[in-house]
Amino acid sequence: MNLEFTAEENAFRDEVREFIKNNYPDNIEGRGVQDELSPEDMTAWHKILGKKGWSVPAWPTEFGGTGWTPTQRYIWSEENARVNAVMPLPFGVAMVGPVIYTFGNDEQKEQHLPGIRDGSVWWCQGYSEPGAGSDLASLKTTAVRDGDDYIINGQKTWTTLAQHADWGFFLCRTDPDAAKPQQGISFILVDMKTPGIEVRPIKLIDGGHEVNEVWLTDVRVPASNLIGQENMGWTYAKFLLAHERSGIAGVARSKRGVEQLKDIAAKELLDGKPLVEDMGFARKISQLEIDLSALEITELRTLAGEQAGKGPGPESSLLKVKGTEIQQRLTELTLEAVGYYGTPDFRSFPEDGSNDFPIGPDYAHHAAPTYFNMRKTSIYGGSNEIQRNIITKMILGL
Amino acid sequence: MDFNFTDEQNMVRDGISRLIREQYDWDTRREVIASETGWRPELWAQLAELGMLAAPFSEEDGGFGGGATETMLIMEEFGKGLAIEPFIPSVVCAGGFLKYGGSAAQKEEYLAGIISGEMIFAFAYAEPRGRYDLADLQTTAKADGGDYVLNGHKAVVIGAPWATHFVVTARTAGDQRDRSGVSVFIVDKNADGVSLRDYGTVDGRRASEVYFENVKVAGDALIGEADNGLPLIEQVVDEATAAVCAEATGAMKVTNEMTLDYSRQRKQFGTPIGSFQVLQHRMADMLMEYEQSVSMSYLATIRLSEDVATRKEAVSSAKVRIGQAARFIGQNAIQTHGGMGMTDELAVGSYFKRLSIIEGEFGSVDHHMRRHIRLNAAA
Repeated sequence: MNLEFTAEENAFRDEVREFIKNNYPDNIEGRGVQDELSPEDMTAWHKILGKKGWSVPAWPTEFGGTGWTPTQRYIWSEENARVNAVMPLPFGVAMVGPVIYTFGNDEQKEQHLPGIRDGSVWWCQGYSEPGAGSDLASLKTTAVRDGDDYIINGQKTWTTLAQHADWGFFLCRTDPDAAKPQQGISFILVDMKTPGIEVRPIKLIDGGHEVNEVWLTDVRVPASNLIGQENMGWTYAKFLLAHERSGIAGVARSKRGVEQLKDIAAKELLDGKPLVEDMGFARKISQLEIDLSALEITELRTLAGEQAGKGPGPESSLLKVKGTEIQQRLTELTLEAVGYYGTPDFRSFPEDGSNDFPIGPDYAHHAAPTYFNMRKTSIYGGSNEIQRNIITKMILGL
Repeated sequence: MDFNFTDEQNMVRDGISRLIREQYDWDTRREVIASETGWRPELWAQLAELGMLAAPFSEEDGGFGGGATETMLIMEEFGKGLAIEPFIPSVVCAGGFLKYGGSAAQKEEYLAGIISGEMIFAFAYAEPRGRYDLADLQTTAKADGGDYVLNGHKAVVIGAPWATHFVVTARTAGDQRDRSGVSVFIVDKNADGVSLRDYGTVDGRRASEVYFENVKVAGDALIGEADNGLPLIEQVVDEATAAVCAEATGAMKVTNEMTLDYSRQRKQFGTPIGSFQVLQHRMADMLMEYEQSVSMSYLATIRLSEDVATRKEAVSSAKVRIGQAARFIGQNAIQTHGGMGMTDELAVGSYFKRLSIIEGEFGSVDHHMRRHIRLNAAA
């Protein structure tokens, strides 16, 4: 029993660290997903990795994967988290990509996989609906076969970054008379430029525009955009949810967040002394670090299991629940730490083209919006309550 | 990175697991702890025979070349069966002092005795007013020629009624809470001036208040350096803390299994209570607490051999997390069992009690949180 990495793994770490250092784009260095990033910023690293052949590490090598071991993939994500890299968005590389290479036909693989690998095609996910959140199988958007096409009608929601998307993958009901709601759903790829699609922004509590409503009115898509078999979409959707959960715990990013929090708490004062020296606040930081180190070892244990050939199973629910609790706690403590300067709304200041925030310390600018934004993590990707249902069913066997 | 165990380690685990399964059903345990002596010396002899008391020692020291991982595996199984035998005081603590600080002569005499099971040690370190501070000592040992004379009162010395010897911490110099001036001694239980007041503990063990009144020990009873015993004590207590963390994970595992079983059997409103989502989510939380505890037990065990700051941070992190999990799992197990959980009829009550006491053993959550904070500040 040991926690050491092998010599080869350490050499791999050096190699990727060097690559990141030399190739990560200067203009987005040090900026995270919470910063205001342009669509170009969000795909810049993806495109560089695509050229290097490192954009889809987890894929099978025949489709462009790197053939890295689970431990190497973990090291890769750790090294990226160290510099707070803006990683390729998951909708292509981690979601629809694996569905296409697993269930798609040769034409679909040929048409879509290259654009996902090189970052030239932006994907979005058409799953949730106003009436179908945790109960996803109750979705109502319909796709009706008409000759060589499907005609899609309905409304999707919470569609992340759909405002930039070229393509979307949509769950649609193709058999309204199926015996169970899970049956009769199909997985269909849709060109977002197709007439009848309207993307409407949803403003979130953090003031940002991250998600959208997608309205589909008589949207005609070729039937050849159907993945796999008609009415089998739920199987593919579940596969997608279980796929590529490594990194779901966000350990490396949270570690970085804890260091930032400690820096802030060392600069902020309480009774004229650094906040970090206050027993009350120090205790909160220590609890967070301790919880994070438990999560880290649990993730490493899962990884070791994967390395030994055990597929990612229901343990990923544990990683999701604990990982998101920690991410949320971190942003909560950061907001606490910055004190009054968590209050000003940086969006209310006139845009003068300068990057300098006019008041308060830099680290306070995003504390509140980030805290607001991170409430999403226990809701998305299967809410933490749904994860507990999964643990109940799959591990406890109830 | 490797979370597998060697063949030898698996043999240790299988051996202890079988013994506990075969000889430690809950009814037998209940009879034993209610008996006059409160334990089974023959089971200790069996543990020695199976090599369990030798498992964490090197071959040079008369052991089988194992270490902290072996202790962890043994204590996990102890936790599953709520074994009361003094493995931690005698093997982990006294054995640890001798392993790291003992002279060749001390090892030959005492370590051999511990491994054979003929000598049983208790660790007399806590004091009535010292709480969890290992250096807060009113017990004194005054040099007297080549000898030492001990005076003082040690509190809640686990396993003392069954012991043949004590490892005693005492102040040889300095003030009550100084970090220097602390020394460690071996004291024969039959030495003149040693007296005990024995009692049972709420979790089924036996312990004593131990009084030393002008107890004279020879100079060679000192383990390690005079006046500079604290680093050694901290090392050994960290190892004992990791061991009790492992014990906790074993007890949590069984507690969770019993709770899950009960939720399947117990019916209310015409259906098993395990079908209620509020209880399902609670049990999912109990499972997550257990898994995080296992991770921390591994972490503490792995880090025991690293530098002092790394070791302390890992052990304190583990004790905090596991102390919290022990509370959560113990309390929610009783709650899920309802009124039956309150009776003395079910094993779950015994697991709850042991888990509750583990929270404070070798330092509470608060104590280890404070140590974590101090380490953070020093980093």
